[in-house]
Amino acid sequence: MITVNGSPLEWHPGMTVAEILKVRNYIFRMLVVQVNGDLVKRGTYDTAVVPDGADVQVIHMISGG
Amino acid sequence: MTIAYDYKTRTSYTAEAAKERAAHKTLLQHAFEPSLPERGYTNRTLHIDLSTLTVTEKAVTEQMKEIFVGGRGFGLWYLWNAITPKTKWNDPENDIVISPGPLAGNTQYAGSGKSLVVTLSPLTSIPVDSNVGGYFGPLLKFCGYDALEIQGKAERDVVIVIDGPKKTITIEEAPDENPDSHVAAEVFTHEYADNEKDFVNVSVVSAGKGADHARIGCLNFSWFDPRRGAVRLKQAGRGGIGLVFRDKKIKALVVHGPKMKADMNRAVNFERTSKVGRKLAKEIHDLDDQQNKMRAIGTAHLVEIMDAYDLLPVHNFQYGKHKDIDKISSTVWQRRFTQGIFDGCWYGCHMACAKGADCHKVMTGPYEGHIVTVDGPEYETAAGLGSNCGIFEPDWILESNFYCDTYGVDTISFGTACAFAMECFQRGILTLERTGGLDLTWGNGRSHVELLHQMARGEGFGVIVGQGVKWMQEYFAEQGWGDLPFMRDIGMQVKGMEYSQYQSKESLAQQGGYALTNKGPQHDEAWLIFMDMVNNQIPTFEDKAEALHYFPLFRTWFGLMGLCKLPWNDIEPEDNAKHGKEAAKVPEHVYNYLELYAGITGKEMTPSQLIEQSEAVYNFQRVFNLRMGMGGRKSDWPPYRSMGPVTKEEYESRAERYDQQLKDLIGVDPEGKSTEEKMALHRAWREDRYNKLCDAVYIRRGWTNNAIPTLETLRKLRIDFPEVVAVVTPHLR
Ligand code: SF4
Repeated sequence: MITVNGSPLEWHPGMTVAEILKVRNYIFRMLVVQVNGDLVKRGTYDTAVVPDGADVQVIHMISGG
Repeated sequence: MTIAYDYKTRTSYTAEAAKERAAHKTLLQHAFEPSLPERGYTNRTLHIDLSTLTVTEKAVTEQMKEIFVGGRGFGLWYLWNAITPKTKWNDPENDIVISPGPLAGNTQYAGSGKSLVVTLSPLTSIPVDSNVGGYFGPLLKFCGYDALEIQGKAERDVVIVIDGPKKTITIEEAPDENPDSHVAAEVFTHEYADNEKDFVNVSVVSAGKGADHARIGCLNFSWFDPRRGAVRLKQAGRGGIGLVFRDKKIKALVVHGPKMKADMNRAVNFERTSKVGRKLAKEIHDLDDQQNKMRAIGTAHLVEIMDAYDLLPVHNFQYGKHKDIDKISSTVWQRRFTQGIFDGCWYGCHMACAKGADCHKVMTGPYEGHIVTVDGPEYETAAGLGSNCGIFEPDWILESNFYCDTYGVDTISFGTACAFAMECFQRGILTLERTGGLDLTWGNGRSHVELLHQMARGEGFGVIVGQGVKWMQEYFAEQGWGDLPFMRDIGMQVKGMEYSQYQSKESLAQQGGYALTNKGPQHDEAWLIFMDMVNNQIPTFEDKAEALHYFPLFRTWFGLMGLCKLPWNDIEPEDNAKHGKEAAKVPEHVYNYLELYAGITGKEMTPSQLIEQSEAVYNFQRVFNLRMGMGGRKSDWPPYRSMGPVTKEEYESRAERYDQQLKDLIGVDPEGKSTEEKMALHRAWREDRYNKLCDAVYIRRGWTNNAIPTLETLRKLRIDFPEVVAVVTPHLR
């Protein structure tokens, strides 16, 4: 199990950031992703593997509206 | 760039312009001495009384600049002095104030051409402020005025012309011009420009025939788009200003300004403003395509994003997404908007998001068959006229967008009011007999537009919809058609104003962002949904209260200055994330604004001083509401639809989410409970949370537990004038 923006998400080995974004339907383009506090570079989401128990933050940058 | 059609093709309305101008009767001609601003201010306000046909000038005092700053602040201050607590929107003393703000008109920093319009609203009976693009405000300033204040009422339709180069202000009866804005703006531009090259120096404010009959009437502010060869429109949409304008029998306001140059504001340090402007322009150039694509799609880029996050209003905010979203998504609008031409609504705005759908062939009504440029749709319009009414056909959305604009009807209020009427139709509160035969089934674009035509003709059910949601709720109840508490639950209005187009059920902060506003539920005060619901960055009541302190005040500042909000956070520096929790404030852009302010006015300011500037005006507006009889916690109470599921269908459409919340957040096992029981549990919990949010926000804002600014707060903000204290004091006992 991992947490994404504070709520739990089922984990599986080899799970990538890109998969998390897909599962959560985070289609917004201005995202900043941190895994256990470390920034994940844009363009590496497909290959960035997330460990079990990770605290993932997907910050949507818009203040919007 | 591929343009498959000639985007310059459109119907022209100027054939009779000379004849129409010849029919004018001059009621007053007043000579004036134009002047350019110094450090962003001209230090004069133009006051026009249409009842007495007098034109006077008022000095803009240092105290006004210190406390009310400009724009919305000046508008509120003048309105306060013009009216009494008994004044109604259609009394002659009601003001319309248009003020551009000290930074407006600069050409160095994107988004610097806004005007703020303030009046006593026919929808809410409290002051309304509306932020609008187009060239009117800057050109007014370059004629010599920081604000234009109009009181009184004319006997017959007039045009007011402020002509800088000719040094005259005239009030002319204008009997023949068509008031519909796409016609009026073009015709008056032709009538008052010296020649074609001069079109860019003319701006027209108008409201069409719909505004004659609708409390949701808006104003259109024009600018001439030389690339298209077209007069374009931006709207001061919210609060029914168009109805006040037409009630004063103003057909148009025309400003003819001097030829534009780069530093008309006469900044103290022009290079300082240029430096931050260039930095932002480069950011937009380098990053917009990867970020929001504002230059290609404008704010319509949000349509499918809101759908993906269950935030798009669907069927009167019952739901947050729809299976047909692809039919009105941003790719559709990108194809409709002419690409590759600069779409800034003021000089130097590299965001260039004022998109236009050219070559729309009008399908209905008096302009059937005409070829027009539709200004928009922006996100609010696409959602309000589209998904919220179940309309997923772009042609019908463009059609109602066009008619809303030209008839002078606010697309946001119209969308929300129609959605309410359509839900009433769905639930049998309205019937074909009650609507005069109009079938208001979800998705019926033709009926939707027919409501607008009726509004413009002043007849039929369209006029009822044009009075807004609050008025409809009461009228339907009076007729015995529906249950008032239920209609209050589903009618998306607070303080009498319709909601703008975001679903807020799962964001408590946004529920407050809408309902705790001064003028009514418009997202320009606070849009906190991502921070709150998605990012989970403001989990506690205190966190949300802090956000509901900072962001409304920061956004208020745009309205004081004459700036557009979009270049603040619809483009962000590449490394903005380094600011962590503060990133939502876009600190580098806040720094830019302080530089811009100092560069123009010569006054250095810190970020917290910026917030204090806004805080004084914001609290003054709160007291103003109180003075007009609206205040206290009850006036900040939202309809339940904005907080949670009102109907069984809503609950059951997201039963998994709501059941989970019962377990995790409310501590109740949903097993074996009926939907009605679960809904009641949710309602009690959600309403309690909202009350707790209010408690925290009122403390943070320096208000009493009943939403009244305390004397200490007024003193701290230096707005403890005797007349302000006198309004507040009885409520503090
Ligand atoms: S960002 Fe868009 S709306 Fe704002 S000033 Fe620029 S063009 Fe106009």
